[in-house]
Amino acid sequence: MTQSQENPEEIDLRDPLRAAFWALLWPGAGHVYQRRYAKAVIFMICILSLFAVGWTLGGKRVVYASWRNGDRRWQYLCQVWVGLPAWPAILQTVNITPFGKDFMRRPSLPPQWYDQQPLNNDQPTEAALWQLEDHSDYELGTVLTMIAGLLNLLVIFDAAAGPVRRGKSKQVEEENGSD
Amino acid sequence: MIDLVLFSSTSRLWLILPLIICISLVYAGTHHEQLGLIVRRAWRTFKWITGFMLFAFGILYLIQYLV
Repeated sequence: MTQSQENPEEIDLRDPLRAAFWALLWPGAGHVYQRRYAKAVIFMICILSLFAVGWTLGGKRVVYASWRNGDRRWQYLCQVWVGLPAWPAILQTVNITPFGKDFMRRPSLPPQWYDQQPLNNDQPTEAALWQLEDHSDYELGTVLTMIAGLLNLLVIFDAAAGPVRRGKSKQVEEENGSD
Repeated sequence: MIDLVLFSSTSRLWLILPLIICISLVYAGTHHEQLGLIVRRAWRTFKWITGFMLFAFGILYLIQYLV
């Protein structure tokens, strides 16, 4: 019995590292490279639509990169895995703005911050104002874009190492449609 | 009141459905290779997540009804 007969899910991953790199750049691109087109379409539609809906819902201000004192956007650590759609935020931190000044920009901080003076907590920061304007949509948009990024992490691993292997009996059980 | 919340045109609650569909499909897609298997597994995951959330919703609704 050959290996492919033993395991019907045996697949050609081509160059796994290169596939993972493409998957990191764009959701599903790694699978296109591996000619796993059906999965590529599923991943692309699911992840990009989640990201787009979340970004729009949050007033197009939920994706930004910032690790400044008083404004640590830890959520971006999840969003960044979506790839190119989220990376303009990194360019914004070094004032490179190919898509416009406000595209994925960081919220401004009070002038005291730049003078290294203590912040006046009575004055709301711009980040707080963004949340105030969009209410729960801002939080929802943030969560959706974070989930999109985390899902693409799974996709990157799938491109690099193939689907998560499961017990053969379970696999046969599912192929027989026992669920 | 609960009807108004669930079916209000401004409610974002219904976003949960496409969200669960996306999560189920991607999760199943990273566990299987054949399309039929992916869809079957995604449907099962969808049912599990939805069932769990409905259960949690029921519990919370019961609590607010009793308190």
